[in-house]
Amino acid sequence: MKLNLKVWRQRSNNDKGAFATYQVEANEHMSFLEMLDVLNEQLIAKKETPVAFEHDCREGICGACSMVINGRPHGPQQGTTTCQLHMRAFEDGDTIFIEPFRARAFPVVKDLVVDRSGFDRIIQSGGFVSVNTGQAQDGNAIPIEKDLAGEAFDAATCIGCGACVAACPNGAAMLFTSAKVTHLGLLPQGKVEHSKRVLSMVKAMDEEGFGMCSNVGACSVECPKEISLENIARMNRDYIGASLASDKTV
Amino acid sequence: MKLNSNIPEGPLADKWTNYRGKMNLVAPNNKRRIDIIVVGTGLAGASAAATLAELGYNVSAFTFHDSPRRAHSIAAQGGINAAKNYQNDGDSVYRLFYDTIKGGDYRSREANVHRLAEASRSIIDQCVAQGVPFAREYGGLLANRSFGGVQVSRTFYARGQTGQQLLLGAYQALSRQIATGNVKMYNRHEMLDLVMVDGKARGIIARNLLTGKLERHAAHCVVLATGGYGNVFYLSTNAMGSNVTAGWRAVKRGALMANPCYTQIHPTCIPVSGEYQSKLTLMSESLRNDGRVWVPKNMDDVMAIREGRKTGNDIPEEDRDYYLERRYPAFGNLVPRDVASRAAKTACDEGRGVNQTGLAVFLDFAAAIERYGKAEAHTQGLHNPDKGTITRLGEEVVKAKYGNLFQMYEKITGENPYKLPMKIYPAVHYTMGGLWVDYNLETNVPGLFCLGEANFSDHGANRLGASALMQGLADGYFVIPYTIGQFLSKEIRTPKISSDLPEFEAAENATKERVEKLINIKGNQSVESFHRRLGKIMWEYCGMSRNAEGLKKGRQMIRELRAEFWRDVFVPGTADEFNPELEKACRVADFLELGEVMMVDALDRNESCGGHFREEYRSEEGEAARNDADYTYVAAWEWNDEQPILHKEELVFENVELKTRSYK
Repeated sequence: MKLNLKVWRQRSNNDKGAFATYQVEANEHMSFLEMLDVLNEQLIAKKETPVAFEHDCREGICGACSMVINGRPHGPQQGTTTCQLHMRAFEDGDTIFIEPFRARAFPVVKDLVVDRSGFDRIIQSGGFVSVNTGQAQDGNAIPIEKDLAGEAFDAATCIGCGACVAACPNGAAMLFTSAKVTHLGLLPQGKVEHSKRVLSMVKAMDEEGFGMCSNVGACSVECPKEISLENIARMNRDYIGASLASDKTV
Repeated sequence: MKLNSNIPEGPLADKWTNYRGKMNLVAPNNKRRIDIIVVGTGLAGASAAATLAELGYNVSAFTFHDSPRRAHSIAAQGGINAAKNYQNDGDSVYRLFYDTIKGGDYRSREANVHRLAEASRSIIDQCVAQGVPFAREYGGLLANRSFGGVQVSRTFYARGQTGQQLLLGAYQALSRQIATGNVKMYNRHEMLDLVMVDGKARGIIARNLLTGKLERHAAHCVVLATGGYGNVFYLSTNAMGSNVTAGWRAVKRGALMANPCYTQIHPTCIPVSGEYQSKLTLMSESLRNDGRVWVPKNMDDVMAIREGRKTGNDIPEEDRDYYLERRYPAFGNLVPRDVASRAAKTACDEGRGVNQTGLAVFLDFAAAIERYGKAEAHTQGLHNPDKGTITRLGEEVVKAKYGNLFQMYEKITGENPYKLPMKIYPAVHYTMGGLWVDYNLETNVPGLFCLGEANFSDHGANRLGASALMQGLADGYFVIPYTIGQFLSKEIRTPKISSDLPEFEAAENATKERVEKLINIKGNQSVESFHRRLGKIMWEYCGMSRNAEGLKKGRQMIRELRAEFWRDVFVPGTADEFNPELEKACRVADFLELGEVMMVDALDRNESCGGHFREEYRSEEGEAARNDADYTYVAAWEWNDEQPILHKEELVFENVELKTRSYK
């Protein structure tokens, strides 16, 4: 299949970016990233600079791949990361627009690579259980209801890719943050510091320059792990609860 | 060089406890003054960095990723072993120890493996306390499943994403220490050299991948937790960025590479589909709990399947060869990985492969779907359910167990594995070899430690499923925090190491020179093309089966390829910018040297054991034939451009009798 690619090229955050047009020959068994590998081999053969994009595991779990394809983070397929998207989702002769995740809190590093370290700092603000190595009791000491563990797991499957932020018109990180708040808050081990956690993580989220939530819901639609909007509702409720009912300040 | 494993005296089961009790300690006031560098922040690195920081050391941690959460530990699917015996099925620390020693084909250290089995129990406790959402039973207690090479259920799991959940646990523990300032985190930094001062590891040269700037980082000791080197084969289940560079730079500074030829070829991966392919995807071993592996008995059926005239479903039961169940009735589809992989190769070598390339076998869930469907119907009180109902119910059960794997398979292949049997083929997955370390996980270079997949210590010649996560976390949470004190207790009077020392300047200059050399070759071939060619040589001559003639040829081919690389590689861009091609070039340059040592090691080992199968050494039934009289040793290689130098550590078995490994 012959494809027309419109790829965002930008040397660095301080440079102005623009779309460049490339033709590439692909086949339907290729993953989207393998198609870009082919493009880069072409560019290198012409001694041009290859397109920088992030990728690592290529199994849909590391969260590194991050581009916006035809206006949608990770492309057209529901519940699929860019690396798991295959060219059979496209037609011969298609024009495909490829852009970086765009958000104020995700500055462009180069081409399709952005800086998502804001996510790390949100986790550092409280996305953990404060337990040192060696302090744990027996793993079976506290039974956890199967469905509850499952619900916590569903939230915990977030891969930290940032598609939610890229999809959101406000560039909000509510889905990401609320997934972690939910994962830990539902489990007895994480309950102890839940109030403090929700307050500090929301604060960190604001400080990083992520936007506010206006219940658009695009985050959940574009999430490759299909993290539910319910998490945001839960976080909002818990945030209000923690702000009103506790004298904790962060 | 005399390799001293420093295994403590005393009975096996008491060694670790007694040793730990008498170990030298570093007092809290001194810990504050000691700097530790941890390179790599996957399971082993993140857990080590977090724990060392909790203890009060000053830790600097480095990853080439944009965040520690991206480390390839995240992709581990199936689970983590622990000798909890929650299932009351006869498990114990000794049994986990024994299974691991036997699974490793009697090529690992007894004392290390026993310690691993002991630590396994604490790992589960620790992870539960961190909020890792393990699978649970209806009663709320932890669930288990079974993995290859064992006859108990001791594998803890979080659906098919166990590695992800464990890594996030370690990442969160690390994040907590970053927030306190006890860990200084360097994302997007790649170690390009080890700095030695007076014979001790005292720092690293790291390249800031965003700016290209080379940075000097000094510390009292250096811990490498940089993962495996399976990407030397180009196509593997490793992430694209996984590399050997940190470890290899240490080898160039005098560390020894142990058993590099021990490569694990995982039996259940999605087969190669084309030349453009960049990586292979694993289908978790847990699938072999319920999937049955087979190929057709008749060549007519094989051809019909390849040409698309028939599917696996069209082949009647009596015309199928469930070769694992036939050859290994005791373990059946759950034989260890090396055995399952070789059996798949044998079936395909006989011409019975079931895809167009002839390199695939079936992994079939129809029987499991029917079995689960019937059980579920019974539970729901349905009597005489029709076939459709049974299938529907059975598919639901299978979906609950392996849903994400089935989904991944369908995304990649475009085939529905609930309806058609999966096609699978072995692929490079894990490297048992790695830097030589003693019982303290210290390499032969004083002050240089190595953890997780990057070291060689626990899996012998073959790793059992769900043991990689166990080892990474055991090393990071429960071993290195103690053993590092053996070295550091002698360093409490050592002042802060200065990165202005001439050794740092020399190492930085050497690194700068090497990087610039790569940029300035300005040849005509891409880094990728060299990597792909290297991978083909490795797979052909040092892959699933090896022979002396091929290994000699392969070695020669690698040497030629290496020379060509340094003559004709093209690296676009400059050294002073974000340049992923340059990063790749540095890594491939190191793979080109490692590959040769792997060939040399495989040629030296005139026996077949675990993942190392030499065609010349096999039993009458075609199984691997070990040679315990001559090869019960760890082969630790010192780098030498002309001829790597072999140092041997004899393996002493005081508790386990060396037997022919049988899964029949």
